[in-house]
Amino acid sequence: MSQLLLDVKNLTMRFGGLVAVNGVSLEVKDKEIVSVIGPNGAGKTTVFNCLSGFYIPTEGSVMLRGEQIAGLKDYQISRKGLVRTFQHVRLFAKMTVIENMLVAQHRHLNTGLLSGLLKTPDYKRKESEAMDRAAYWLKEVGLLEFANREAGNLSYGQQRRLEIARCMVTQPELLMLDEPAAGLNPNETKELDELIIKLRDEHEISILLIEHDMGLVMGISDRIYVIAQGTPLANGLPEEVKNHPDVIKAYLGEE
Amino acid sequence: MSEFSLYLLQQLINGLTIGSTYALIAIGYTMVYGIIGMINFAHGEIYMIGSYVTFIVIAGLLGMGMVSLPIILIIALVVAIFIASTYGWTVERVAYRPLRGSNRLIPLISAIGMSIFLQNFVVLAQGSRDVALPPQITGGWSFGDPSNFEVSVSYMQMMIFAATFVTMTVLTLFISRSRMGRACRACSEDLGMTNLLGIDTNKIIALTFIIGAALAAVAGLLLGLYYGVVNPFIGFIAGLKAFTAAVLGGIGSIPGAVLGGLLLGVTEAMTAAFFPAEYKDVVAFSLLVLILLVRPSGLLGKPEVEKV
Amino acid sequence: MTQSKFYNAIFAAGITFILACLMIGVKLNTEGTTLTVEGATAAQWGWIIGGITVVFFSQLFSNQIDSAFGKLPKPAVSQLVPQSLKSEAMKPWLLAGVIVIMLIWPFMASRGAVDLATLTLIYIMLGLGLNIVVGLAGLLDLGFVAFYAVGAYTYALLSLYFGLSFWICLPLSAALAALFGFLLGFPVLRLRGDYLAIVTLGFGEIIRILLNNWTAVTGGPNGISGIAKPTLFGLEFTRKAKTEGAETFHAFFDISYSSSYKVIFLYLIAVVLVIFLIYLINRLIRMPIGRAWEALREDEIACRSLGLNRTAIKLSAFTIGASTAGFAGCFFAARQGFISPESFIFIESAIILAIVVLGGMGSQVGVILAAIVMTILPELAREFAEYRMLLFGLLMVVMMRWRPEGLLPMKRPQLELNKQ
Repeated sequence: MSQLLLDVKNLTMRFGGLVAVNGVSLEVKDKEIVSVIGPNGAGKTTVFNCLSGFYIPTEGSVMLRGEQIAGLKDYQISRKGLVRTFQHVRLFAKMTVIENMLVAQHRHLNTGLLSGLLKTPDYKRKESEAMDRAAYWLKEVGLLEFANREAGNLSYGQQRRLEIARCMVTQPELLMLDEPAAGLNPNETKELDELIIKLRDEHEISILLIEHDMGLVMGISDRIYVIAQGTPLANGLPEEVKNHPDVIKAYLGEE
Repeated sequence: MSEFSLYLLQQLINGLTIGSTYALIAIGYTMVYGIIGMINFAHGEIYMIGSYVTFIVIAGLLGMGMVSLPIILIIALVVAIFIASTYGWTVERVAYRPLRGSNRLIPLISAIGMSIFLQNFVVLAQGSRDVALPPQITGGWSFGDPSNFEVSVSYMQMMIFAATFVTMTVLTLFISRSRMGRACRACSEDLGMTNLLGIDTNKIIALTFIIGAALAAVAGLLLGLYYGVVNPFIGFIAGLKAFTAAVLGGIGSIPGAVLGGLLLGVTEAMTAAFFPAEYKDVVAFSLLVLILLVRPSGLLGKPEVEKV
Repeated sequence: MTQSKFYNAIFAAGITFILACLMIGVKLNTEGTTLTVEGATAAQWGWIIGGITVVFFSQLFSNQIDSAFGKLPKPAVSQLVPQSLKSEAMKPWLLAGVIVIMLIWPFMASRGAVDLATLTLIYIMLGLGLNIVVGLAGLLDLGFVAFYAVGAYTYALLSLYFGLSFWICLPLSAALAALFGFLLGFPVLRLRGDYLAIVTLGFGEIIRILLNNWTAVTGGPNGISGIAKPTLFGLEFTRKAKTEGAETFHAFFDISYSSSYKVIFLYLIAVVLVIFLIYLINRLIRMPIGRAWEALREDEIACRSLGLNRTAIKLSAFTIGASTAGFAGCFFAARQGFISPESFIFIESAIILAIVVLGGMGSQVGVILAAIVMTILPELAREFAEYRMLLFGLLMVVMMRWRPEGLLPMKRPQLELNKQ
């Protein structure tokens, strides 16, 4: 049996007396789309922050391909192949689209001072490869024509796609998207749908997704986890979760 | 008691004296930072203006023939507080309020500009040289053996302690008991929410600046009388030290500012006991760096969790 | 004109009066040992009344004034340059032209003008260096002058005690300043923006106090004098050679001595240093490290999520910026021949910061223009010399309100995608 891509056991996050995440466990296999849903304030983003190293979890284990990453710093985890987006798009607004893509490839480039100043062959080759990868991913998300535009000047939907392209260019294994459909119109949501599925099928990565848009979630998820008030509530196939009584209660209140 | 320990006691008293004045100025920093999250770089200049106004009023009243020192001081206090508060209010209105909401760098640069402007405004208005006031409150109380070492607590020092104590008490009562004080606390907890609840946060922020300025004016009067000298540049160093005190105690916390001020004053005085006096200022800055590295939230502050 | 506007105006005028009445209206004077107060002179009352009037009317007509200003186009400084000059083909010629002018001009100008130009070039160097830290990486450094001092004192001491020449000391000063930058940066760069600002300010002050008091090494308040001037391959620019066996410039070329040779030589060195620096920074901006700096300024959290080590990136910006200041400091010491802690006060850091902010954070051309304006304007307006700092402070406040992105916001490098 191949190793799980992501194996989270008993993740707990305490802020002083407040327990934001309480014993959350989840698994992500290869080539899967897994969604995490729950009412607002359920602690979903906190889970993401713990997994990606922005918070150090109080308890629990996070294994990425069998390697323990809980406790590592955010940039270290990112380098191991787990990247994430944010609820509010975080682009380098004053830099161009292509510069955003190049910054993401920072560690694949020759960052030596002397090599850059002297424009050594190795430096030039790596820059060129980075440009190609950037161009490839911009084409995949349909932003190639905006390469030299300031990222802040894109429409919101375009910015979201850039954020995803920027993550993809780091050659990740697991992509975590935090409410990627927020603020998108139905057309853009459909495009996002297709993009996520394409990422799973053609580029063979897994995606862990926080979302409120039930249409999106039910439509593309392989499996779903439900969290309410930091505690796991249910998990399973979309159909199972949709009809789970606890889930209905959590979202709609007592009938 | 040995001579040395008496000497240390004297330094302790001196340190607490200066420390109290740092505390008064530090409260202004900490309140403003607690409510709008910015360092009021021009705060030190408000203290300096408070000192100048004190001197002007005292010299003026003495010149007019007034003899009763307590009355002179009270008038000086009231006028200094009034004018310094006006300056504090104006600075907020002109240099900070229009910039609220932009990234951190911009209001800070505006604050620095304001600080430079006020400093040079006073240079142009009053000259850049030292201005000296003959000591007004002299004498004190001492104990110890004149042949060994005498520890003295001057009346001026006692006045500083008393004034600081009274001011702190009044402020604490205001913050904890009055409606405005509650509003201040609410604003420093969550400005946005307080606004949504219908409280005019602009007024509260203005009030915070005014309170800070008033306290700085009190410090200006006390230190002006204590040292007997002012010049337009005393605000800069005093401001830095007061900020250090605020950070030391935990920025945003008023008791922290007091604790930090006293601690800084005592540390400085003890350093002056063992090292050349010029290195006194190095102590303050080094303490600042140290506390920011070891415990950035300060002694009484709560560690802040970064919201991602 | 509504009633509320009128009350507003009265209120503002009243505030102005309160602010001005004691501070300007009354002057403290020391007569003997007594302190007296003097009423203001007629001129000062004029200022006060004038100020109150201005405030009153500007508040009364604030709406009209705002809309008038709104109609004024924001000076797009880049639009001032005719389009023909901006085309890509013209750029190398333009650059060459500028360089040629800069090299030839001093031979035809007065000595004072060349001296002023050299001073401007120093501020350009400092501005470019701080631009890396503040403009590109977004780290607010208020103690930049400390690295400037390190560079200057390094050359002064090495030249005095070890007789090392200017050219050898130049890289050494830069290296030592970089080391200081690293040592300071390492612990403090993880602090939040405003804390970083205060800590760097404190550090700048600590350096100044140390320089002022460590008399044995640094000469204390008297500083260090008699610093050797740079030589051209060993040729000195003095009337008579100072060191044993050295030749003087004018003797070597068999021309009569003129003190302007020294001045022009210094100017030319400054030009070379600045050109070198501009080239270096231009390269850095287009390299991964430069992009990382800007990304850090834009969104540090996004950087962390992409695998960038923010501490390393901040340190590199801080260190390289510091080394630039060290560079400038070394040259400064060589030009002055004498340095003291007086030249390295906080105001200098503030001026350099103003240059970066005024010019447009990140924009090299903007910083250069701003440095020129900041250095030359006070010279042109000599009569206003005592108002210089006052206006400087006011300028900072006004700029932040009116045009915080600077006069010449940075233009992004347009990258070419490879042919598919």
